[in-house]
Amino acid sequence: MQWETVIGLEIHTQLATQSKIFSGAPTAFGAEPNTQACAIDLGLPGVLPVLNAEVVRLAVRFAKAIQAEIAPRSVFARKNYFYPDLPKGYQISQYELPVVGKGQVEVVLEEGAVKTIGVTRAHLEEDAGKSLHEDFHGFTGIDLNRAGTPLLEIVSEPDMRSPQEAVAYAKKIHQIVRYIGISDGNMQEGSFRMDANVSVRPVGQEAFGTRTEIKNVNSFRFLEKAIQFEVERQIDVIEGGGSVVQETRLYDAAKDETRSMRTKEEANDYRYFPDPDLLPVEIDAAFIEEATADLPELPDAKRARFHTQYGLSEYDANLLTGSRDLADYFEAVAAASGEPKLAANWVSGELMAALNKAEKEIAQSPVSAPLLAGLIQRIKDGTISGKIAKQVFEAMWAGEGDADQVIESRGLKQITDTGAIEVMIEEIIAANPAQVEQYRAGKEKVFGFFVGQAMKASKGKANPQQVNEILKRKLQG
Amino acid sequence: MSLDSSDVEKIAHLARLAIAPEQTERYAADLSNILDLVAQMDAVDTTDVEPMAHPLHMAQRLRADAPSEPNQRERFQANAPLAEAGLYLVPKVIE
Repeated sequence: MQWETVIGLEIHTQLATQSKIFSGAPTAFGAEPNTQACAIDLGLPGVLPVLNAEVVRLAVRFAKAIQAEIAPRSVFARKNYFYPDLPKGYQISQYELPVVGKGQVEVVLEEGAVKTIGVTRAHLEEDAGKSLHEDFHGFTGIDLNRAGTPLLEIVSEPDMRSPQEAVAYAKKIHQIVRYIGISDGNMQEGSFRMDANVSVRPVGQEAFGTRTEIKNVNSFRFLEKAIQFEVERQIDVIEGGGSVVQETRLYDAAKDETRSMRTKEEANDYRYFPDPDLLPVEIDAAFIEEATADLPELPDAKRARFHTQYGLSEYDANLLTGSRDLADYFEAVAAASGEPKLAANWVSGELMAALNKAEKEIAQSPVSAPLLAGLIQRIKDGTISGKIAKQVFEAMWAGEGDADQVIESRGLKQITDTGAIEVMIEEIIAANPAQVEQYRAGKEKVFGFFVGQAMKASKGKANPQQVNEILKRKLQG
Repeated sequence: MSLDSSDVEKIAHLARLAIAPEQTERYAADLSNILDLVAQMDAVDTTDVEPMAHPLHMAQRLRADAPSEPNQRERFQANAPLAEAGLYLVPKVIE
């Protein structure tokens, strides 16, 4: 039987604020345990939550970026469950009236097709603390620094049909939240966590199959693998005559499998009700205007502009708009060098490769945009060849100065002196009579051998066009 | 609407309340009475009434995003039954 996969994602993104959503405790990452957990975060008796204006502003920016409805009135609710890292016994979240309503994003799939994925809603909530299960002589350690950290939970429609589509959507949301500056999107620090709802159904069937939820995936690669595994598992279960059980599963990266979380049967009975400690949040036009007035150019608009303004391919335009830092870097190089296509090739080729290898972000690149632009200018004006430029790039990466300094100190200037090249080529011809004989007998492949010898003799510095020209002339005798 | 003993046991478990077995019957009756009262209100036509989220007719006030709470870990942990290495210790949670 042919199966169709149906995927919906819930993404928890940590909002970039200085203080918590309902308290004045700081949100800095990596602090000593429990030094950023105040009486409100601890749920001590008599405290009251007060909403942080910044989280509302950031949620409104997100709504605008995905063309979503912004609720003029939204309500906080209590989601009730017991776990030691949730001291109040409930999480403050939003249920019936979330701040962000229906929206949508476009994703570019591998074959270049564009697909629209619906966003059902996004709501504000507080994060829980962290449980440390390492052995504290039979006890579990609780760090509540994270408790009360503001999250925006972004819920998609079940619009994705493959693990690759799910990853494309997740990357898109990641790109948007970073572009509009509402989250740092740092996955290692837990600022961007994904839950995937996965089900399968026979192709052509309209009703959804029973779904399982894979919780807390924090890398795009794991997301793809976890969904892939889960789809295969569900098909095996059904084809083996069984039925899929609706449950929460965890992805184990080491074993590349999902497994059932042994949750208690009533775990999903959260008994939501409006939180009496918080009043409805009202958002008016003036607030929206102020929150969104400085929204930057969004990824899709930037991609389209790079395509038309710089004549870049869709692929390059998509790659170079991956993050704002990268796009800004490229534009700086393009402007300073006056060569947008060469700039695109160098940024997406040499530079990205070096950054990936060194596991660095573009902002930490040892080769700044002006440095790279300087190198491109030297290629453009013929001072060095593209091949030598790679050496210069490596030297700049190692901190040996700008392109001109490296070319000077390493003596890499291209040899364009026709006389000097002629002398060199005459020597090569004199030293290799057998090959000359072959060439003159019609074996034109040998030409490559002479080019190689010339480049070797000049340590790659001879101007390749001139070498070709002179070689041809001299070999003809 | 009426609840039976098993409903009461489930609700008590969700709220982590210990109820003696001989009390469940009485709770079932009391809670059923409350639900009957709610059912009476539920009979009123509220088609054009906006659901109330809070009895005060006010909007939530917002505070500026500035850290204002100092670290008071030692004081808070003085109240905790067990703490070690800055962590609160609780009976082991089996995942």
